[in-house]
Amino acid sequence: MLNMFEVNETNKMIEQELLDVRTITMGISLLDCCDSDLDAVNEKIYRKITTVAKDLVSVGKEIEKDFAIPIVNKRISVTPIALVGGSACKKPEDFVTIAKTLDRAAKEVGVNFIGGYSALVSKGMTTADELLIRSIPKALACTDRVCSSVNVGSTKAGINMDAVALMGKIVLETAEETKEIDSLGCAKLVVFCNAPDDNPFMAGAFHGVTEADVIINVGVSGPGVVKTAIESARGQNFEVLCETIKKTAFKITRVGQLVAQEASKRLNVPFGIIDLSLAPTPAIGDSVAEILEEIGLERVGAPGTTAALALLNDQVKKGGVMASSYVGGLSGAFIPVSEDQGMIDAVAMGALNLEKLEAMSCVCSVGLDMIAIPGDTPASTISGIIADESAIGMINQKTTAVRIIPVIGKSVGETVEFGGLLGYAPVMTVNKYSCEKFISRGGRIPAPIHSFKN
Amino acid sequence: MNKTIITVVGKDTVGIIAKICTYLADNQVNILDISQTIVQGFFNMMMIVDMDNSLKSFGAIADELEQLGDEIGVKVKCQREEIFTKMHRI
Repeated sequence: MLNMFEVNETNKMIEQELLDVRTITMGISLLDCCDSDLDAVNEKIYRKITTVAKDLVSVGKEIEKDFAIPIVNKRISVTPIALVGGSACKKPEDFVTIAKTLDRAAKEVGVNFIGGYSALVSKGMTTADELLIRSIPKALACTDRVCSSVNVGSTKAGINMDAVALMGKIVLETAEETKEIDSLGCAKLVVFCNAPDDNPFMAGAFHGVTEADVIINVGVSGPGVVKTAIESARGQNFEVLCETIKKTAFKITRVGQLVAQEASKRLNVPFGIIDLSLAPTPAIGDSVAEILEEIGLERVGAPGTTAALALLNDQVKKGGVMASSYVGGLSGAFIPVSEDQGMIDAVAMGALNLEKLEAMSCVCSVGLDMIAIPGDTPASTISGIIADESAIGMINQKTTAVRIIPVIGKSVGETVEFGGLLGYAPVMTVNKYSCEKFISRGGRIPAPIHSFKN
Repeated sequence: MNKTIITVVGKDTVGIIAKICTYLADNQVNILDISQTIVQGFFNMMMIVDMDNSLKSFGAIADELEQLGDEIGVKVKCQREEIFTKMHRI
């Protein structure tokens, strides 16, 4: 029988250490909404989403009530729209109408984000892919809840450098289109290498074509719980530290597994995966940076940061994998700057820079995330940053991503306020030397030798 | 069996257990186990109850108990048992 100590431990995690389930994301296939008539596509998409997901938010709230655990976000991911709208859309504006439909459907069912305004172009771009990519700036400027992602590379296919070059321009255009709101559009746009099909986290969530018609994926969180747990291991050796993180990750993930099973049962939708990521928020005590500092760094960014993060990420996975039958998505520690108070502080005091963040992304998911850079950064430099991150993902057979915000009208040292879970960020310094000639070569970087496993 | 954990935390006063138990009895909620301590004047109680024959829904019971707690000056929380068993039992 349960004892009071166990019950109090769980409730302390929820009440004081900000344990929550970060998101229940319903993946919905829109492949059956394809049509050559644009109005018909829009109509079918709206109808399918609002039918399939009509109970998502209410069931999420019901589960929150039953277990007294906050479920912060209820979200939807859909099939990459470049595939769904391919035969109906003849120009970028046509795709924008689909973005508006997604936004309308998201508002109708009450989810706060809908992901999947995406194109998968790791090897090449179809006409539809390119039209969708070119429509992204407008689509993100005229919608509130639509999130977009583009996969530009993979370990199997190499890196599509034409897409990388284009995405540098698209990121900048998106920033320009949304400059009145501190270029917020870019916070809803992710450029991936090795994008997973079942990621429940925004802005990069989409519902892959290998997935079932409808599925429930759950993202857990809990940096505060890990931080508090390892306070008890202060001064102890790595074995003790790793054991502590592993046990905590197990407990956190079990809650995610429970919520996923309940949601799946009540919505009568199959359970997909649990994403084990440690996802920070700007709230005090909900920070991945603070965990790294508790491990023994004066400030995140100090020498040793990459090793500490590698250790953390690995132990979270080891503990989490045992707690759930199906683990997937991104599953790692997130290191977004604007969404993590410890990261923001480290950047503001000069302890953490873009290059160190890049090194950190070699050992954790996901990549350069929620980083504000000067608005006058050239498109080719943004492409260069995307290419570097993609190369890390391609060579290390892992997911990497870039969600970078060139803030129009702001320069290094100024601060941008995104609000809510997106937080705020100091504008960071970018290396001023050009990679223009590198980016303008065109073509593809071939797949690495270790991708040939057959 | 539909087991629920009720936790009550707050400043100790006369009649906390009586009021909570009366409410549960009135609503046909069966108490399976109670443990309770006082730490530095703070009342801390955990109950395991069975809601199979409850006259009201889980949500209604949870809301009303929370309200009852506010009247007594303690925090009452209702949670389904699985969140604890999942976390603490392999």
